[in-house]
Amino acid sequence: MYVAVKGGAEAIANSLQLLAQTRRGDPQAADLGVAQIREQLGLAVDRVMAEGALYDRELAALALKQACGDVQEAVFLLRAYRTTLPRFGYARAVDTQAMAVRRRISATYKDLPGGQVLGPSFDYTQRLLDFQLLADGEAPAAPEDAEDPVAPTMPGVLQHLDRDGLIEPSPADDATETPADVTRAPVTYPAGRDTWLQMLARGDEGYLLALAYSTQRGYGNAHPFAGEIRLGEVAVGFVPEELGFEVEIAEVTLTECQMINQFQGSEAAPPQFTRGYGLTFGHNERKAMSMALVDRALRSRELGEQLVAPAQDQEFVLAHSDNVEASGFVQHLKLPHYVDFQSELVMLRELRRRFHESRYTREAAE
Amino acid sequence: MSAHADSLAAAQTVEGYNFAYLDEQTKRMIRRSLLKAVAIPGYQVPFASREMPLPYGWGTGGIQVTASILGACDTLKVIDQGADDTTNAVNIRAFFARTAGVATTTRTEEASVIQTRHRIPETPLTDQQILVYQVPIPEPLRWLEPRERETRMLHALGEYGLMQVSLYEDIAQHGRIAKTYNYPVQVSGGYIMAPSPIPKFDNPKLHRNPALQLFGAGREKRIYAVPPYTDVRSLDFDDYPFDVEHWDTACALCGATDSYLDEIVTDDAGGRRYVCSDSDYCDRRRQAGDTGAAR
Amino acid sequence: MSAHAARGADHPILSVRHLSKRFGRVQAVDDVSFDLFPGEVLGIVGESGSGKTTLLRAVAGQEAPDTGAVLYRDRWGGLVDLHALPEGRRRRLHRTDLGLVQQNPRDGLRMGVSAGANVGERLMALGHRHYGTIRQSAHDWLARVEVDPARLDDPPAQLSGGMQQRLQIARNLVSEPRLVFMDEPTGGLDVSVQARLLDLLRGLVGELGLAVVLVTHDLGVARLLAHRLMVMQAGRVVETGLTDQVLDDPQAAYSQLLVSSILPV
Repeated sequence: MYVAVKGGAEAIANSLQLLAQTRRGDPQAADLGVAQIREQLGLAVDRVMAEGALYDRELAALALKQACGDVQEAVFLLRAYRTTLPRFGYARAVDTQAMAVRRRISATYKDLPGGQVLGPSFDYTQRLLDFQLLADGEAPAAPEDAEDPVAPTMPGVLQHLDRDGLIEPSPADDATETPADVTRAPVTYPAGRDTWLQMLARGDEGYLLALAYSTQRGYGNAHPFAGEIRLGEVAVGFVPEELGFEVEIAEVTLTECQMINQFQGSEAAPPQFTRGYGLTFGHNERKAMSMALVDRALRSRELGEQLVAPAQDQEFVLAHSDNVEASGFVQHLKLPHYVDFQSELVMLRELRRRFHESRYTREAAE
Repeated sequence: MSAHADSLAAAQTVEGYNFAYLDEQTKRMIRRSLLKAVAIPGYQVPFASREMPLPYGWGTGGIQVTASILGACDTLKVIDQGADDTTNAVNIRAFFARTAGVATTTRTEEASVIQTRHRIPETPLTDQQILVYQVPIPEPLRWLEPRERETRMLHALGEYGLMQVSLYEDIAQHGRIAKTYNYPVQVSGGYIMAPSPIPKFDNPKLHRNPALQLFGAGREKRIYAVPPYTDVRSLDFDDYPFDVEHWDTACALCGATDSYLDEIVTDDAGGRRYVCSDSDYCDRRRQAGDTGAAR
Repeated sequence: MSAHAARGADHPILSVRHLSKRFGRVQAVDDVSFDLFPGEVLGIVGESGSGKTTLLRAVAGQEAPDTGAVLYRDRWGGLVDLHALPEGRRRRLHRTDLGLVQQNPRDGLRMGVSAGANVGERLMALGHRHYGTIRQSAHDWLARVEVDPARLDDPPAQLSGGMQQRLQIARNLVSEPRLVFMDEPTGGLDVSVQARLLDLLRGLVGELGLAVVLVTHDLGVARLLAHRLMVMQAGRVVETGLTDQVLDDPQAAYSQLLVSSILPV
């Protein structure tokens, strides 16, 4: 008798068993510790935290282990956990100007107060496979201290433009309204910038990268400069109701990107530079830069620019940015659809019958 | 809906999680959306859909609705493609058994809440039951107009000519309306609604159904409803009235001729047989002595 | 039919008052006012960039003007400001009383559905629910605009440019509108196709007593269709008058230039 997907309970149990086995791999190889992932696969952890929208290195590392290294699956695990957490309230907006900078570069000024701080970066690695890592890795030596120690905090690059009115004032400066919360209220279109920045911060890195790339290749009208990219630690402040004053509850690593873009000016505004903004948990410059480019593209409507490119299309960009949603819906095609398929079969047979009948009638008439 | 108190009493079924997984604040938010949906039949109420431990597209909307209305005294039935024992149905049923500890059943008439994907049970429902649909794409106009801003405007203005154009085109090209599932309906003479991908065979069961019908779309963050005994009309033309699928054959197992049949390929030589998609309906008929062979 | 006869009705069907529209630093339409009477065809002529298309889009309700009003007199004599109307009423007017024939038929047609569905769309939007009747109307309208009704189930892409334009006209006229906006309706067509289409348009406008605002850069088209002309330059109206008067004895310097350089002999 036909069973196929029926009798599912047992099949599911067995599938889970097989998955656990596959995850562990060859037991001859040492079990991978969560601490190892946290410390040695830190950028994967960062990405999982960013797209999982939860800052917890330990849990993100655990999610990566449980997901056999599948980043999107790990993101999903973290999100499903995050959704069950109680809310105590909203933290104060973090002050990235007060960031303890580990890396800060600007592509627009050769030198500037605070200097260019290269910090840790793949940029100049030459991408040669390091076969030494095949053997057990010794802890590398710390670099020699620079002659000038990095300043504890440094002013943002865009301030220099701001002072001369060459760049639009940061919209955040006059923001008095409470920002939207995309995890607590459904997004409706047209969405405001607060909403889309949140969605982009949680959005899939690959997707944002492709969209950002498209704006550089002529789909859109971007002429961007990387005004500043900074990486470092920022304090998170929270004001508990019962205390009434701010306490520091955490320190998080953030990557921030301020993109500078040309703007032609309009009747109301003189020509000036405009901003695109990117911010992400952990160290992820690719994501922060992509986000800043897409943010700027989404501002096209507000700036009265022609809307011609996919990256400028708010509904298109935002509605498809979440990889938990996208991955789920694409993969739901694995679920049985045989009821719908049966409907289509019945219809198709009927249409084919009619087709052949009418052809038969036509031929008979000829 | 069962009393809120029930769910509190039975809280903490699985360690670390609230009764039926969702926290009470979220459930209240969803219930408010449900009340609005019932008050405006067929209207898609945006709601702040939560991330669920199931992938989007696998019933997260239906699960959130079920979690929000479930009380400790409820009896839950979950079906996918009409059957209780498909993997997805088993998984969701197990989820609620674990997180809510509610009684589950495969018997349609025993259930107080039925969560479904792609079917309406053959056994008639009563006004003591709630049917919860999993909805992938809640917007019936999506294929005609991809933009949310525009579709919401079209609904607000009741501007549905475009939908009728697509039906016209079907007839012009195929001699009949070629939509077979997710066949659009008009609820209570107002909003046009996607009934979720149920076969059009099930559309007549939407009409004046005694049960409360709730629709949850998690990924798209929409909830909508058809209150009990509400008119639901499948769109058509006066001279091309709506009709449903028919089979020339009966169920090979129970002999039913009034149920939706799945086609089963039995061998490599093109052999096939037809059996009820509603496994409970089929089982009950067989228990009552009906057999396909006898017919 | 003379323009005067066409103006038999006392009240204008359309009154445009002090309309202005600016794009960035360009004043596309600058304080334009005019009246249009039932059954009258008003031609708006000028070079490209003179603001005539922007004016039409603003008057047709497709683009909001910066200032000014577009007043339409409905079937019951009431005046409504097209841009002040709630969205629902504005859209309803656009599928009943008003029509818009665009230069590129692709912009005015639904390319994904058949010719018949294109013509029938307005009827269905108005609540018609009998397939046979809708189809018959589409059939009749195709015949009326001289498209072979055997093409009823063909998609527009399979029709020639001239036929697509006829289809667009049929799609607009099926709801028996009172006022139709036309943007270069014969632009982009071969000369011989143009001539037949103009003939058809002239016949239909007369038969149906349509009021028309026609934008064209082709003074030949304007002479054939329009009762009255408005000459635009740099967003402003520089001359207005009966078609023959403006074309044969232009007063404004710009009109003289326009007529002498473009008018085919």
